[in-house]
Amino acid sequence: MKRAGFTTRWLPILLLVPQLLIIAVFFYWPAAQAVQSSLYLQDPFGFGSTYVGMDNYTDLASSSEYLKVGKFTLVFTILVTFFSLSLALLLAVKADGVIRGAKTYRTLLMWVYAVAPPVAGFIGVLMFNQSWGPLTELARSIGWDFKLGVNFNDTATAMVLVSVWKQVPVNFIFFLSGLQAIPKSVREAGLIDNGSATRRFWDITFPLLAPTGFFLLIINITYSLFDTFGIIDTMVKGEPGNNPMTLVYKVYVDGFRGNDLGGSSAQSVVLMVLVLALTVFQFRLVERRIHYT
Amino acid sequence: MTDITHIPARPIKWSTVLDHAILITGALFMLIPMLMVLQTVTTTDVQTIQNGPEFVIGDQFGANFHKAMYESSGFSGENSGTSMLINSMILGLGFALGKIVIGMMAAYALVYFRLRFATFAFWLIFTTLLLPLEVRILPSYEVAQKLGLLNTYTGLIVPLIASATATFFFRQYFRSIPEELVEAARIDGAGPIKFFIDILMPLSQTMIAAMFIIMFVYGWNQYLWPTMITTEEGMYTLVRGIKQITQSFEGTNIPEYGRANMLALIAILPPVAVVIFFQSWFVKGLTETDK
Repeated sequence: MKRAGFTTRWLPILLLVPQLLIIAVFFYWPAAQAVQSSLYLQDPFGFGSTYVGMDNYTDLASSSEYLKVGKFTLVFTILVTFFSLSLALLLAVKADGVIRGAKTYRTLLMWVYAVAPPVAGFIGVLMFNQSWGPLTELARSIGWDFKLGVNFNDTATAMVLVSVWKQVPVNFIFFLSGLQAIPKSVREAGLIDNGSATRRFWDITFPLLAPTGFFLLIINITYSLFDTFGIIDTMVKGEPGNNPMTLVYKVYVDGFRGNDLGGSSAQSVVLMVLVLALTVFQFRLVERRIHYT
Repeated sequence: MTDITHIPARPIKWSTVLDHAILITGALFMLIPMLMVLQTVTTTDVQTIQNGPEFVIGDQFGANFHKAMYESSGFSGENSGTSMLINSMILGLGFALGKIVIGMMAAYALVYFRLRFATFAFWLIFTTLLLPLEVRILPSYEVAQKLGLLNTYTGLIVPLIASATATFFFRQYFRSIPEELVEAARIDGAGPIKFFIDILMPLSQTMIAAMFIIMFVYGWNQYLWPTMITTEEGMYTLVRGIKQITQSFEGTNIPEYGRANMLALIAILPPVAVVIFFQSWFVKGLTETDK
């Protein structure tokens, strides 16, 4: 709040009302409902519900399918985060270094930001088309009989690839702006002290990029957990079956398709706790330890 | 006089060549899938099925475009490309506009007024940043259903606005504006509404533009919420329609790649064009919002 703020009473309240109303109805109410219905067992035909306490949660913990999905989500998140961050960092460092064509490269490397995840998944389905997909043919040429939507590992590989393709631009934009924020004097000092470009990168650039990197780490984890929904949904073609899926996708499948409202809500609550933990981690650990600016 | 042709040629720096090679590979990695889509919209479905993507540009662009935009698909026959495009526009623009108006109002109230419950309101609003819509999707759907918002534009747009990204962004920005400005305005006798419209709005133009681009792209690209809230085909957006398009590949004799890929292309182009044309605003807005 500014010290010299206005003192009118009714105006700020009037200004805040729309925002508060929307979040009350579409944020706090649903969030509370999720917690509440996670404690109930819903009748699949809609005839009321019974209070079952923590049963939905204990069911989850003992469900081997849920654990399997959880494990896949973990591996998926690690792979997507690692590859999209490292690829983007490499490209950003190079794009920051070249003089000729810098702007063209920047445009060519960032436009995919605007492609919607399900559309990215759709393009992935085309690229891996069973009979004529270019990537299927590429895989075949090295003796890999790629079967999207049939073989679990093949589908997972394709999902990771498409998710990385979609996420590299965001990371690239942030890394590039992080690189451009490094003062010229620091770079010149590094140039005088250290001949090798590799050494300069690891000793100077990389530590200076650490705040950006940690911020992006969180962004990428939440991306892998939540925003990949559209990619997964189009790539399994709406038929989860034996296909790989993430925790968020399972919330949707169980609740919306399977009508297991209580179980799905319990899963939602588990995810909420996960996101809250991530945010706390971000604030406590990252903000305190890495502070260069 | 020196002879220009005899200036010794600079030795080729192999590291520079390597840098360009890496960047070109990266650019191709991004571009090739798109080129494939572009090629397949110019050929007939049969050609695509027989030969796959080729290095030839066909002459079927117009025919595929017509099929995608004007001929309807689906059961009800209501979701032609045109209707989906209009719905996507409404969602993208409505979302961006709503988010900015509501966000600016709330941020203005939080930054420029002495309010007793300001801190409480602040926390109430910013908690929403922590939980994405995806984790509370089912209960949100139930609430929308109870309020009778299924298959309406209100139901499509308003629940998506229930997160405070824009409010947070504008709050940060307003706080960076020097305090002397509001003092001077008050001395000159400007009230809060006049200050907002005549001073703050013009000052925030670039920020508003950047926010608008980001929010438009975000709204246009929404998938999960539109999938749940719209069941009538006439209410589908392009991005929401994509799954149905993919499913049409299965089971039919000749999958309509021409139509499907054209629709995907139309779903991609507007947000990509906005991001490319307003690149510097967009990058500025993006890197400053999330920090």
